Amino acid sequence: MKPASKIGKASTGTSAGAAELLHERELRRIADTVLRLGKSAGAEETEVHVDEVADALTRFANNAIHQNVAEHGLTVSIRTVVDGRTARATTNRIDEDSLRAATEASLSLAHSQPKNPRLLPMPGRQRYRPVNRFIKHTAALSAEQRALAVQRACDSAVKKGQIAAGIYSNGQSQSALGNSRGLFAAYRETHSEFSITVQEGSAASWAKANSADVRAFDPQKLAARACEKAHLAVNARELAPGRHTVILEPAAVLDLVGFLFYDFAATALEDKRSCLNERMGKQLFGQNITITDDVYHPLQQGAPFDGEGLPRQRVLLVDRGVPRNLVYSRAAAKAARKQPTGHGFALPNEYGEAPMNLVFDGGDSSPEKMVASTERGLLVTRLWYIREVDPYEKIMTGMTRDGLFLVENGRVTGAVRNFRFNQSLVEMLKNVELLGPAVRATGEEAFEMVVPAMKVRHFHFSEVTKF
Amino acid sequence: MWDLCTNALDTAKLRGAAYGDVRVMHLRQRDLTTKNGQVGTLAQSESIGLGIRVLANGAWGFASTDRLTREGVAACAAQAVSIAKASALAKRGEVVLAAELPYVDSWQSPFRKDPFEIPLETQLALLLAADAEMRRVKGVTLTETDMQFRKIDSWFASSIGSHIHQRKVISGCGISATSFQSEEIQKRSYPNSFGGQHSLQGYELVESLDLVRNAPVIAEEAVALHSASQCPEKIGTLILGGSQLGLQIHESVGHPIELDRVLGQEANFAGTSFLTLDQLNQLKYASSIVNVVADARLDHGQGLGTFAYDDEGVPAQCTDIIKDGKFRGYLSNRETAHLVGLDRSSGTMRTESWNRLPIIRMTNVSLLPGSWNYDDLIADTHDGILMETNRSWSIDDRRYQFQFSTEIGWEIKGGKKFRMLKNPSYSGITTEFWNSCDAICKFDYWTLWGTPNCGKGQPMQTMGTGHGASPARFRNVRIGTAFSNQ
Repeated sequence: MKPASKIGKASTGTSAGAAELLHERELRRIADTVLRLGKSAGAEETEVHVDEVADALTRFANNAIHQNVAEHGLTVSIRTVVDGRTARATTNRIDEDSLRAATEASLSLAHSQPKNPRLLPMPGRQRYRPVNRFIKHTAALSAEQRALAVQRACDSAVKKGQIAAGIYSNGQSQSALGNSRGLFAAYRETHSEFSITVQEGSAASWAKANSADVRAFDPQKLAARACEKAHLAVNARELAPGRHTVILEPAAVLDLVGFLFYDFAATALEDKRSCLNERMGKQLFGQNITITDDVYHPLQQGAPFDGEGLPRQRVLLVDRGVPRNLVYSRAAAKAARKQPTGHGFALPNEYGEAPMNLVFDGGDSSPEKMVASTERGLLVTRLWYIREVDPYEKIMTGMTRDGLFLVENGRVTGAVRNFRFNQSLVEMLKNVELLGPAVRATGEEAFEMVVPAMKVRHFHFSEVTKF
Repeated sequence: MWDLCTNALDTAKLRGAAYGDVRVMHLRQRDLTTKNGQVGTLAQSESIGLGIRVLANGAWGFASTDRLTREGVAACAAQAVSIAKASALAKRGEVVLAAELPYVDSWQSPFRKDPFEIPLETQLALLLAADAEMRRVKGVTLTETDMQFRKIDSWFASSIGSHIHQRKVISGCGISATSFQSEEIQKRSYPNSFGGQHSLQGYELVESLDLVRNAPVIAEEAVALHSASQCPEKIGTLILGGSQLGLQIHESVGHPIELDRVLGQEANFAGTSFLTLDQLNQLKYASSIVNVVADARLDHGQGLGTFAYDDEGVPAQCTDIIKDGKFRGYLSNRETAHLVGLDRSSGTMRTESWNRLPIIRMTNVSLLPGSWNYDDLIADTHDGILMETNRSWSIDDRRYQFQFSTEIGWEIKGGKKFRMLKNPSYSGITTEFWNSCDAICKFDYWTLWGTPNCGKGQPMQTMGTGHGASPARFRNVRIGTAFSNQ
């Protein structure tokens, strides 16, 4: 097999540190090879995505590291167009024979289907607003450094007779997108995350942070917070389910509102599966709810271009409770006679587009002020196993997890057993009384977004569990 | 491939590893979807790479690479050892592996028709025909169909001398019809929701499901649901269709018995389990008619949890999980088996791909058939609700309290299906629910359902699991909670 490109510096190091990514010119060389192969194979148009990832993750439980992994991978995904038909083939082999085989497979798939009346010519060259989310400190974090930080976090728990579990991860990734009409876009970023669950007897609590810059959070502070809240969570008492005022920490807000993001896709409205069908322009949420999709927000991550290479635009989705705008892929925009917003997924797909960088406007309150203002309510650390019960009213079910606290007369007075909720998001966002500052929130159900803590009245808990 | 494996293991040993196992995997996948009569996704992919797990200084390390050169593999193995030595900085005990024999073997899952050899035109034509049948029904606003095929080759070698090659062929397909009207979205799917049925079979699975004949049935039901009565809120008798019961088993039996969860290894993400070690052989998990096994053997069926060897080189086994209602067994690996008094792993270590560490996973966790004819079960139910095809699922992080909703319900009155119900849901506490089971249909109604999307681990891994089930009846179940007080 003949190599398509001379690979530069790669993950050949023997240390426990992260691998180095290819230089952008290497990505461009792979892309050019594919575009050449597409042309010689008879494709009318060719598009290529090159994605590379080098990640490492240290996992701990029972106050010790039990899993510790590193990965490096590169994929080349090729879309060809012939006679109004398109299809995609992906490989992680970058020798020329393999790239040729993938190109021909893409063409063969494309030939096998009927014409697609919505298929547009590929876009040409674009201009992108630069974003810098590659932090050398994050990329350089080693397995030894992660292990030492984990050891200190576990020691904090051990000293208190508690048990810690969690992860400390870092990595880097890059994507390049090119097509036969001259478009080329490239982006790289780093990512890091620390998450910890601390158990004290049958009680537990949790803290987590995530950033492009590993220096943006302190694992020891997160561990200390989880240890403190786990201790507060002991001796949980059972409370009757029903409608309660809740103070949702940002992670809890994120994992709920994250289920809204597909509803803002123009294709979802066209398919009549969005909760915004027949509701655009109406006062759907409270006036204190404003939502924007903004990849350029300083707390956001992600490439400034979409799956077809169009620049992502900042889009005001909800203005003071009124859904105003949707996001559009090129095909959805043409169908709706709108301009594309740079939110399309890689083609071909049936979902069209979605806003991937939601930013909620915040307020001037805080979880502490919310507690102080509450006569009786519940402070919610995080939510778990959230699923959609009803797609139009956006009734979501799920559980509270890792620290549910009773608030009485302006202070936390103890822990209560976890509840199941069945709550309409449409209703919830009408009932927001207070908002904290918008922060980069991270949970386990939705990808990271910028959201505030919220105080919400009449939140519906339907059942209680045994802990 | 064996040379790569040997190279990796030799390098690991030279660098100080006391044990190592390595997997080279080649994964091929084809995805086809249609929406509203048009082709949606049409894609295929392949991925090949190597992952090595080592024990050094008494701790684990894992590294993976797609650079399958001698140098790339050696670097990967060396990195795994370095990572293991870093892990040893924060260890609190020695890893002890249960004894296992070395195996040299090659195995291929049985299939009659290789789905990658079936012309794409044939596959698309079938999906488009089913799509068209659904769109013929007035009131349907969205139609979707899908097929997915996978072929996975894995070459496993370990430092105890195993060399195992396995090839698995997996097929899946499904269709769904959605109807939006009067500020309500209703959906019906066949043969199951969220992608349909998946199993360790070839294209014969697709041909056996008769998508086109079933398409108008579900389309008409989706529209009819708008005018159906709301499922009432009450404590009552519940009959679950097989696919919904399969998911019930997955969530409330399959996950709680994973020994890594029980031991706290998943506490930060997937959660723990109410099945603490003192419950083994003590807990009355279910009524005496309930028997559940975890069975990865081909004898059990061609499920997503069927294989010859797990990804730790342990042969497929059948383990009693619930026997005559009593809790009898966990899913274990070589590292945890001794903690439950076993001298051997139950063979449940599985990995999504070459770049993921094998972890304890469900195999085929199945409810064994009972003795009832389905018609007799309905006739024997004076007042109950039959629920079919999952719509939502949720359970707490220790697997006590769950809530499920399904796409469609049927009120049973006087032993007959009386009327359709919309928005059905039920909830409960795991052991209370299973102890309320009083009837299970026999093997004629038993299907080994596939759950292709089980997420677990950090980094997240998606795994396919199998769940055999036939319709069953449960008494005194809380019904209708999801829509109460809305």
